Amino acid sequence: MITEALIRQHGLKPDEYERFRKLIGREPTLTELGIVSAMWNEHCSYKSSKKWLRTLPTTGPCVIQGPGENAGVIDIGDGDAIVFKMESHNHPSFIEPYQGAATGVGGILRDVFTMGARPIAALNALRFGAPDHPRTRRLVAGVVAGIGGYGNSFGVPTVGGEVNFHPRYNGNILVNAMAVGLARTDAIFYSKAKGVGLPVVYLGAKTGRDGIHGATMASAAFAGDAEEKRPTVQVGDPFTEKCLLEACLELMASGAVIAIQDMGAAGLTCSAVEMGAKGDLGIELELDRVPCREDGMTAYEMMLSESQERMLMVLRPEKAAEAAAIFGKWGLDFAIVGHTTDDLRFRVRHMGEVEADLPIKELGDQAPEYDRPWLKPRHPAPLDLDDIRPPNDLGHAILMLMGSPDLSSRRWVFEQYDHVIGANTAQLPGGDAAVVRIRHDKGIALSVDVTPRYVEADPFEGSKQAVAECWRNLTAVGALPLAITDNLNFGNPERPEIMGQLVMSLSGIGEACRALAFPVVSGNVSLYNETSGISILPTPTIGGVGLIADLSRMATLPFKREGDAILLIGPHGQHLGQSLYLREIHGREDGPPPPVDLVQEKRHGDFVRRQIGLGVLTAVHDISDGGLVACLCEMALAGNLGCRIDLPRAFGHAELFGEDQARYVATCRPEQVEAIILAAKAAGVPASWIGSVTGNAVAILGLATVPLTQLRSAHEAWFPAFMAGEI
Amino acid sequence: MKSAVIVFPGINRDRDMAMALARFTGRAPQMVWQTETELAPDLDLVVLPGGFSYGDYLRCGAIAARAPVMAAVRDAARRGVKVLGVCNGFQILIEAGLLPGALMRNASLHFVCRRVHLRVENNETFLTRKLGRGDIVQAPVAHGDGNYFAEPATLRALEDEGRVVFRYVDGTNPNGSINDIAGIINRDGNVIGLMPHPENMIEGLHGRTDCAPLFESLVSA
Repeated sequence: MITEALIRQHGLKPDEYERFRKLIGREPTLTELGIVSAMWNEHCSYKSSKKWLRTLPTTGPCVIQGPGENAGVIDIGDGDAIVFKMESHNHPSFIEPYQGAATGVGGILRDVFTMGARPIAALNALRFGAPDHPRTRRLVAGVVAGIGGYGNSFGVPTVGGEVNFHPRYNGNILVNAMAVGLARTDAIFYSKAKGVGLPVVYLGAKTGRDGIHGATMASAAFAGDAEEKRPTVQVGDPFTEKCLLEACLELMASGAVIAIQDMGAAGLTCSAVEMGAKGDLGIELELDRVPCREDGMTAYEMMLSESQERMLMVLRPEKAAEAAAIFGKWGLDFAIVGHTTDDLRFRVRHMGEVEADLPIKELGDQAPEYDRPWLKPRHPAPLDLDDIRPPNDLGHAILMLMGSPDLSSRRWVFEQYDHVIGANTAQLPGGDAAVVRIRHDKGIALSVDVTPRYVEADPFEGSKQAVAECWRNLTAVGALPLAITDNLNFGNPERPEIMGQLVMSLSGIGEACRALAFPVVSGNVSLYNETSGISILPTPTIGGVGLIADLSRMATLPFKREGDAILLIGPHGQHLGQSLYLREIHGREDGPPPPVDLVQEKRHGDFVRRQIGLGVLTAVHDISDGGLVACLCEMALAGNLGCRIDLPRAFGHAELFGEDQARYVATCRPEQVEAIILAAKAAGVPASWIGSVTGNAVAILGLATVPLTQLRSAHEAWFPAFMAGEI
Repeated sequence: MKSAVIVFPGINRDRDMAMALARFTGRAPQMVWQTETELAPDLDLVVLPGGFSYGDYLRCGAIAARAPVMAAVRDAARRGVKVLGVCNGFQILIEAGLLPGALMRNASLHFVCRRVHLRVENNETFLTRKLGRGDIVQAPVAHGDGNYFAEPATLRALEDEGRVVFRYVDGTNPNGSINDIAGIINRDGNVIGLMPHPENMIEGLHGRTDCAPLFESLVSA
């Protein structure tokens, strides 16, 4: 008997249930209700965002596979393909930070190797609540340990990411994990099943009772009851995942695999339905054959379990014995649990009973879709610059900024991640983008970016900025940006103002991607990120991939040599609205974010990339959080060399800390200055000499001088002190 | 030179090590799966690479030390074949009784991945003969359980017999190892274990090439 309470518990709205009941023409069984709740929830169906996701550009000369598969695939030449995607594990990580983050990493790695790629890099974007919130320290410790614990053991280098703090994440942290894999363009594997009467094979770890209804939980807001939801969090086993990776790659090489899908959100249900629906085939499962960890599991539990490290495949029947031998070698479970049919039904049998018999297409790609009402966000009031008095001691302000929670060194975090495994890491964490060698001189650059305070102030401009900053970071190491994955973290879409953020954000992302020829090839939407009515800052995280054809010409950010000239590429700063300086030094978070002129962004970036390719720049760093000064400080600290900056006399804090876009700092030998500035002029790019690399302090003539030793202790101190409970 | 890399489930720096060996020896090493019971008779070097064999779910290296292939590794060591264990490989050699002491959880209780400074304490080994005694090389570490410990008599023997091969210096001991020990050799001089990863610092791409002489030593030995 399906009661109203039961329907509510499954996260289905009355009209959704009614739609389902009409679809099947009878009252569903409990297992069927579980299946539909898993398929039609926000997390799996994208029912609120689909309409707007369709507006994103998803094609381009390098795109092999856009959104809709386990991960996106791009062509990087020579028969090499890069497979990548980012996904959130926000809700589980808030409840149980170690396992939540660990299984987030495990899930995204599986998405990548399901397609036939060996993972070669992992990144993450983490947002925590205010440092002084009582939960924050424990969440940071658990999430970082979980990411390291899984990735290090699995054996993928974690090469980059972001960690930020803001009170709006107090009740709902964000854990976005990105994985990047390398495959051959002629050996990509897809989830679309082909052929009738073929065996559907289960492999990997056994099914347990963990994670039941995880995806449903991820589709609802917390109401202060997060603690009670701990049993819905899965437990990760990186060792099994590593064995699963090796076994899958061996199996794929053997030619046995027709289609493959990992069991992620909504486990067996979602993977089986997706394989069938995409291939226009029915699937029949015999649950008695599913390897179970516990006795007496019901059909309902098996269909909704989110136990980790499991895969579903359609295999060539003549290769079944070979496949079983490979899985035996790696100590993994392997069982034929069903077969494909031609009747487009999703049928589940257990102990002689038909537990579910549903139309597969309607469950999968024809799930309900909403056009939710939305409100256009208000534009923030402009900032009155006269209203902001520069501090008396600019040097002190610089030290405070560089030692602030959002700008201080992330060493405490990235040293817990193995970032050198693979022997291909060409840029360590701390640079503009991570760089990983593919082979010989070819490499890829990777970056994850978003500035949520900008998006909050203006979802359209802020989202354009997220894409532009990612593009700029890839450019700053000399890479040609190719494509992105996005992870859209927002609040409750049933609230028109939140839906408005999502709509405008997607519009901004789309505009920037089109202007920069930077298509979206995969992504994930995480909604309902709110607790007790307080929603997170809108956080559309952008993960980008770029190509470096010649690693010997890669640019890095440390100052290299005493006497090098320092150039500013792009105009001097003036925009203090939503700047980190305004927040950290003046305690204000207001004004509009810096506007992004995409034509200018492209022109400046293309110029910088060309100069890097010519080999005339000795260091390059993009200007973002903290403006020109933070950029110079980071270059000085990384190179352990100071600088002397000579700005026009009338300049003040807006030029030092403004976060205007499309800007870079670069260094070169003094004799190259004239040629570079002339070339910039010819390209229509503002470029000016602003000083030299010299000494052991960051000295801005007439304004501030900060010794490197002081700068370093301020920059390095905050994170370890915070984690030790000393702040 | 003919080398073999032993692979257990959960080992994950096997490819790094194979790349490094191929680079310096000019030929790809044999990759030997843990269920093999024999090694090629003409091997010059057996390497146990880093990783998380069997997930490190028991004591690190304890399960791998009891895998079938280890009887063959022990036998090769007895015959004088050179054996090198790196990171998890070092832990396995200790668990297998081929090297003394224990590797405990890092003093910080955190996994740590960073560059350390190593002083070459003994340059008469098959891994260090291309270096000078007292030379300082940089190398990355990446481990959670590298805190070397030995009881006083063993420690005294190691020190007195010059069997500490590498020592962390310049305040870079990342794990609390006793006497700053980073790598040791057995009494017969043919089995070395160390926590740092020389295979990740051998070419320009790695930022420095400090560990290239270690591989050159292996080849010349």
